[in-house]
Amino acid sequence: MDYEVNIGMEIHAELLTRSKVFCSCPVQFGAPPNTLVCPVCLGLPGALPVLNKRAVEFAITTALALNCGINRHSIFHRKNYYYPDLPKNYQISQYDSPIGIQGYLEIETEGGRKRIRIRRVHLEEDTGKLIHSGGRITGSDISFVDFNRSSVPLLEIVSEPDISSPEEAKEYLSNMRDILVFLGVCDGKMEEGSMRCEANISVRRKGSEKLGTKTELKNINSFRSVERALIYEINRQIDVVSRGGEVIQETRHWDEKNERTVSMRGKEEAHDYRYFPEPDLVPLEIKDEWIESLKSQIPELPDEKYERYKKLGLTPYEAKLLAHDLELSVFFDRTVDLYNNPKNIANWLLVDVTKELKDRNKVITETSFTPEIMVELLDLIDQGVISGRIAKDILPELIDRGVSPKKLVEEKGLIQITDISFILSAIDQVLRENAGVVEEYKKGKEKSFMFLVGQVMKLTRGRANPKLVNELLKKALG
Amino acid sequence: MTNLADLTAHELLGLISRKEVSPVDIVNSCINRIEMYESQVKAFLNIRDAETIINSIREDEPYSAIPIAIKDNMLVKGQPATCASKILSNFIAPYNATVIKKLIQNSFNIIGKTNLDEFAMGSSTENSAFYPTRNPWDLERVPGGSSGGSAASVAIGFSIWSLGSDTGGSIRQPASFCGVVGLKPTYGTVSRYGLVAFASSLDQIGPITKDVTDCALLYSFISGYDPNDSTSLNMPPYKFSPPKGDIKGLKIGLVKELMGEGVDPSVRACMDNSIKIFEDSGAIVEEVSLPHIEYSVPTYYILATAEASSNLARFDGVRYGLRANGKTAEEMMFNTRGEGFGPEVKRRIMLGTYVLSAGYYEAFYLKALKFRNLIADDFKKAFERFDVLISPTSPILPFKLGEKISNPLEMYLSDICTIPVNLAGIPAISIPCGFINNLPVGLQIMGPTFSESKLFEVSYGFEQATSFHKKRPQIGGS
Repeated sequence: MDYEVNIGMEIHAELLTRSKVFCSCPVQFGAPPNTLVCPVCLGLPGALPVLNKRAVEFAITTALALNCGINRHSIFHRKNYYYPDLPKNYQISQYDSPIGIQGYLEIETEGGRKRIRIRRVHLEEDTGKLIHSGGRITGSDISFVDFNRSSVPLLEIVSEPDISSPEEAKEYLSNMRDILVFLGVCDGKMEEGSMRCEANISVRRKGSEKLGTKTELKNINSFRSVERALIYEINRQIDVVSRGGEVIQETRHWDEKNERTVSMRGKEEAHDYRYFPEPDLVPLEIKDEWIESLKSQIPELPDEKYERYKKLGLTPYEAKLLAHDLELSVFFDRTVDLYNNPKNIANWLLVDVTKELKDRNKVITETSFTPEIMVELLDLIDQGVISGRIAKDILPELIDRGVSPKKLVEEKGLIQITDISFILSAIDQVLRENAGVVEEYKKGKEKSFMFLVGQVMKLTRGRANPKLVNELLKKALG
Repeated sequence: MTNLADLTAHELLGLISRKEVSPVDIVNSCINRIEMYESQVKAFLNIRDAETIINSIREDEPYSAIPIAIKDNMLVKGQPATCASKILSNFIAPYNATVIKKLIQNSFNIIGKTNLDEFAMGSSTENSAFYPTRNPWDLERVPGGSSGGSAASVAIGFSIWSLGSDTGGSIRQPASFCGVVGLKPTYGTVSRYGLVAFASSLDQIGPITKDVTDCALLYSFISGYDPNDSTSLNMPPYKFSPPKGDIKGLKIGLVKELMGEGVDPSVRACMDNSIKIFEDSGAIVEEVSLPHIEYSVPTYYILATAEASSNLARFDGVRYGLRANGKTAEEMMFNTRGEGFGPEVKRRIMLGTYVLSAGYYEAFYLKALKFRNLIADDFKKAFERFDVLISPTSPILPFKLGEKISNPLEMYLSDICTIPVNLAGIPAISIPCGFINNLPVGLQIMGPTFSESKLFEVSYGFEQATSFHKKRPQIGGS
C-alpha cells in the first residue's frame, strides 16, 4: 500500500462512582426513566453543581496509569450547545487545563511494542438519553428524555494520531479497556455504552510529512465495529485521494446495518461551543500528596502482570491471556499463593475452567469456584487419589456448587484404584476380549497399546491409576 | 399613632417580647397596607392569601410575626418563581433555596414574591414581563431595580423586610431609590443555591430593611457556608450583635471617579452633607482614586452577559416553563425562547453570546477578566489606606417610568457606582443620606471582603447622627 494511515482515538468512559459527578444522585444502569434525578442533574433554575471527589480521584488515577502529567491547577469549562438531552444546554467539561496531559499507552504490534501518545484525560458530565417514538429522531412524532444518565461522570481520553491501522486501533482500545477495568474506574462495556469511542482518521501518501485531512467517525459502539468502521473509512479515503480527489473535513456516522460511513455535518456547520470557565465551580487544586497517595493505590496493571507471569514460567501466550483477564488473573494469583505450580494452574484455568465459564457465560467470580477448591483438586491429582480425567469430569459440579472435591469423589466413589490385583484382573479381562489387538501389538503396531489402555480405563470407569495401568499392561504384554 | 407596618423588625421584636403588641396585629398591619396600596405600587408578583399568612404565625416564634417579602428569583417550594419572565410564568418551585430553608427553619413568615426586572436584568423594574413597580415616594417614578419590588415593599410597609439579589447594584440602587437600607454581602458569604442565576460570579443575595440594625439582623440569618454552593466560603456565619456606631478616627475614602461629571448636583449636595456628618462624628474623609473603575461598566456588561447567555440557556421549553409550538425540537426551543424572553434579556443573551464566540473571546471576555482583576486590585490598594470607601449609590435621582427604558446604554451607565463592588466581590451597603424634593438619595459604603460588621458599625454611626431612616413615604395624601 502506498498510503500511511493516522488514527487518533477519543474514548469516553463512564466512571463507576456511586453518585453522579455534580450531584448526589446514584449512578445506576437500567433504572426506570427519570427516577435518578434531582434539581441539579435536571438543570432546574437555581440549582448548582458540586464536584464529586471520587470522580476526580478516578480521573487522576487513570491519568497516572496512562503515564500522564497531572495539572496541579485544573479548571472546568462550560461547553455551550443546545440539545434536548442536555438539561442546562451546556455541558460542564474541561478545556485548556484538563486533569491529565501528555501520557502514553503501549500496544503490541507486528513490529514490536509501540507507544500511542495520550494528549489529554479530562472529566466531564454525561448527557441524558433521548428515546424516539419511531426509533430514530427523523420521522418520529414524539421524543422522550430520560435524565437518569444526566451528569454521570465521564472520563474523556484523547490520543494523538499515532495509530497506524485498524488492528492497532483495536489493540489500543482493548488495552485501554483493560486498564480502566483493572483500575476499577469503568466496567468497559461498550455494548451498554459505558465505554464509547470516536476516531479521527486521515491518510497520506507514504513519505509525505503532512498529515492528510481528517474525518471524525462517530457511532462506533463495539469492538467489532471499530475495526470494520476504520477499514471502511480508510478505504474510502484512499479511494478518494487515489482518484485525485480531496478528503473533506467532516463528521461521519458509522452505519452499522449497511456497514458504511455516512456524512453527518461538514466543517462549515461545526459548532462554536463558546467555552468559558464554569463560574459555579472553583478551580481544582490538586496537591502532590493527593497524587502520591492515589499513585500508591494503583493495582498491578496488565503489562506488569504479563511480565511477571512470564517469569513464573508461563508461555507469552498464556501470560497474555491471563494478564488481560482481571477476574481470572486475580484467581490465578491467589491460587499460586496456595499451590506452587503456576504452569499447572494456568493450564487448568485457561483450558478447562475457561471452557466451563464460556458455557455458562459467566466470569469466575460469578461462580462458586474458589482458589481453595482449585488447590484441593490439584492436590488430589498429585497424590494420585483421582486421575486428571476424573478431575475434569467433576469440574462442572465444583464450579456450580462449590463443594469440596475430596468429599465429592468420596461420595461418588471416584477415588482412583491403585490396587494392583484389581487392575491386573481388569487387564486380564481386556487381553482376553481383545486377542486380535494383542496380536497386532505384538507385530509392532504401537497404537494398539493405547487402545488397550483405554479399554482398561473404560472397564474401571476411569478410576484406575493410569500410570499403574501403563506399567502393568506393558508387563502383561511383555 | 404609629402604624406597626412602619416600624423596624428589631422594634417590633422588642414590642413582642414585652408583650406590648400582638403578632397578629403586626401581620394585619402589613396586610392592610397591601390592601390599600398594592394596586398602585405593584411590588408583588404573587402574594399569599391573608389567611395563610396569619395562620403562619407561631406563638413562640417571634420572627413569624415579622412579614418578609422575597424577590421572585429565589425558589420557595410550592410557590411560583417567575423571575418576572413569561418563560417561567407557570413555573412552581419544586425545592427551597438555601436562604429560604434558613428562613423557614427560623419560622420567618414569607408573605409573597416581589417584582423585578426580568431575570434581574435592569435598573428600574420596568423590564418585568408583567408590570412595572412604582416608587412609593412618587408613583410616577421607578423604584430602581432589579430588586424594585423588594425595596418598594419595605419602604411602604407591605413587609417589614425583604430579600433581594445584587449582580451589579440590584439591591443597593433600589434601596437608594426607595429610601431604605440594602446590603450586597461579600461574594460567597450567602448561598446562591436556589437563586435563579443571572451572572454566577457576581450574583449575591442580601437583605433590604428599614434601618442598619435590621440589615445586620437579617444578614445573620442568611449568611453561612452551604455545601450545595461550591462558591460558598467555608467560614462561620455572621453573628448578630447590635452595632454601637463608634466611628471616631475611622478613615474613609471618597472615590474620586464616582464623584465625576455624571453625578446629579443634588446627589452631590447630599454627598457633601454626608461627608460633613462623618467628619462631625470624628471620622477622617479623604479623596481616593481607583483608576480602573471607569472601565467597570464595559467590563461588567461583557462578563455578566457572557455568564447570563449560558445560564439562561436552560430555559428551552423541554422540561418546565413556557413551551411554544414547533415542528421539530429545535423549532420548539427556538420559538419558546423567542416568545418567552423580553427585549432586554434577549439583548443581553445576544451580547453574551457574541463576546464568547470564537475569534472574539480573547478580545472581549479575556480582556474583561483582566480588567476585573485590575479593579479588584484598585480596591485592595485603597483598603490599605482606608477602612471603608464611600460614593453615591446612584449618580442620579429616581427617574420617571419610561424616561430611560428606550436608552439602554444610559440605563447601564447609571450603574457605575454599584458595579465595581460586584466585580471586586467586596461587600457594600446603601443607606439613606438625604431627600431631594421628597425623593430619597442613598449613600454607598464599601469595605474589604468580610467587613460586613464594619459596614454595619459605620452605617449605624451615620444613621445615629441622622434621621433619614425614619422618614416614610405617604401615598395619596393618606
